[in-house]
Amino acid sequence: MAKITLKDLSHSYLTKQSNDADWALRGVDIDWKDGGAYALLGPSGCGKTTLLNIISGLLKPTKGEILFDDKDVTALNPVERDIAQIFQFPVIYDTMTVYDNLAFPLKNRGLSKTEIDSKVKEIGEMLELTSTLNNKAAGLTADGKQKISLGRGLVRSDVNVIMFDEPLTVIDPHLKWVLRSKLKELHQKISRTMIYVTHDQIEALTFADQVVVMHDGQIVQTGTPVELFEKPKHTFVGHFIGSPGMNILPCEIENGQINFEGKILSNNTSIKKTNFSKTQIGIRPEFVNFSNEGIEVKIKRVSNTGRHKVIDTECSSGIIKILTNASAEIPSDSAHITFEKKYTYVYGDDWIIE
Amino acid sequence: MNKTLNQKAWYFVIPVFALVAFNAVVPLMTVVNYSFQETFGSNVFQWEGTRWFKEILHSERFHASLGRQFIFTFIILLIQLPLGIAIALTMPKKGWGVPVCLILMSMPLLIPWNVVGAMWNIFALPDIGFLGNSLNSLGFDYNFTQQSGDAWFTTILMDVWHWTSLVVLLSYAGLNSIQPAYYQAAEIDGASRWDVFRYIELPKMKKVLTLAILLRFMDSFMIYTEPFVLTGGGPGNATNFLSLDLVKMALGQFDLGPAAAMSLIYFLIVLLMCWVFYSLMMKDEGRT
Repeated sequence: MAKITLKDLSHSYLTKQSNDADWALRGVDIDWKDGGAYALLGPSGCGKTTLLNIISGLLKPTKGEILFDDKDVTALNPVERDIAQIFQFPVIYDTMTVYDNLAFPLKNRGLSKTEIDSKVKEIGEMLELTSTLNNKAAGLTADGKQKISLGRGLVRSDVNVIMFDEPLTVIDPHLKWVLRSKLKELHQKISRTMIYVTHDQIEALTFADQVVVMHDGQIVQTGTPVELFEKPKHTFVGHFIGSPGMNILPCEIENGQINFEGKILSNNTSIKKTNFSKTQIGIRPEFVNFSNEGIEVKIKRVSNTGRHKVIDTECSSGIIKILTNASAEIPSDSAHITFEKKYTYVYGDDWIIE
Repeated sequence: MNKTLNQKAWYFVIPVFALVAFNAVVPLMTVVNYSFQETFGSNVFQWEGTRWFKEILHSERFHASLGRQFIFTFIILLIQLPLGIAIALTMPKKGWGVPVCLILMSMPLLIPWNVVGAMWNIFALPDIGFLGNSLNSLGFDYNFTQQSGDAWFTTILMDVWHWTSLVVLLSYAGLNSIQPAYYQAAEIDGASRWDVFRYIELPKMKKVLTLAILLRFMDSFMIYTEPFVLTGGGPGNATNFLSLDLVKMALGQFDLGPAAAMSLIYFLIVLLMCWVFYSLMMKDEGRT
């Protein structure tokens, strides 16, 4: 168990780097508490797996350092770092039994037979594998195999951190829920630091206390699920989290106020800096309301998802999506909308202006 | 859901059926025909029943060449499989070395078999061949045309040179299809290099190795051209393998009946061995 600190971590798969695009990771700083559950969230190619492999020691970073409990482990290999990692698809040793699979990491570390036996049985029970312990691992279903991968990570009591690299990708949807709640339960039971990598916002938000959102090799925001939803610090977080994502439209800044569609909106912050190359207004569809006054829009399309209605409206700056409950009355042709002040944000060059 | 029944699709099978009939079924049945009869040419046949089969099965000459054949196949499998896997393990996985290695490895496979035989014949000649001459000047008494041990050594060396590449290429393909996550997981689990080979690489190569064993078994068991050109079965009968013996009987002595019976027995042995290999190696597959 350990606290994890990443200091100014950068990585490039190329030997020479000329611009930002050559870096898979750029200046990542992280402080993770011992025993926390964290999620790394981002689309494919944002650098989250790279970051994970650097923490586990499978990759050596181009720059920066990794500390476990304030001890520099940057130069250590995965075995010396004492970490466990679960991969995207089940990795099992086909020719071994389930029992031997679970015992393998312990055997390699020279534990005694009795110690191994009690550990394996304990983990087998926790993952409900007891009845299949003596079967060939190759004969199990995909989720059974993934449980073995999971078990091989959990069986060692000395691990500093357990890392999951999109571990539920190959699992059937209904089993996803089961395994996900199992993971959450395990985390509470064994309280080890866990890092969960995913591109699925629901997985990240349900698993983690703190979610780290990554975009283009950078961390754009770290926060609780509620923080990410209510106050996205970067337009990418607004887009990526929530369904549908945040409405982000160009706006002007005049005397510290937002000028959108020729109307002055205030969001209780006065904007001082103005030399941005682009400024945008951001408002989640949940916080847009129909009103008698405000911005004039045309209703383009209404889609009913069962619980909600998503209304696409058009103003001269672009499309604004509105989320209402399914029973709400929708004006038919044109309407006026207002934004809830508290949840209206301005972004300068994609970063929030506060 | 009801499938529409349309038997007309069978017409599509006719061309293949005709082709297979002409190049396999008809010749095979001709051989079957010969194996039960005696002929003195001019299309005159006399029914002999199972006489030729009995004769072959009790013939010492057949036993000897069958024995030689099994020993040869066993030795080359024993050399080529481990060697092929070992070479595949050391081949580069990326970079300019990959195409270079692949091309170098494919070269022996592209050379016509009689050319391989002729090449090795000249290469191994004791007086002027590079191999033969070198061995002799190093103090070895080497002469593959006169000493049976040397003839075996040369034939096996030639086959290893010619065919190990096939095992290499198959193993290399098998190794390359292993996801990097397996190696990473093994690294995290603290597995040794031997463990990685034993528990990841070897099981993942199982299918391609089964294929390699089957192909190498069949090809080496039916080897003809190369030893025919290299040693002609000699000295004496030292390297007189089954196929060489068969051709001698059929075309040399014109004993068509016994030769036909022998080729059918030969065919059944190959078939049986392949089936045994395959079912042994695929024993566990049904459960996965």
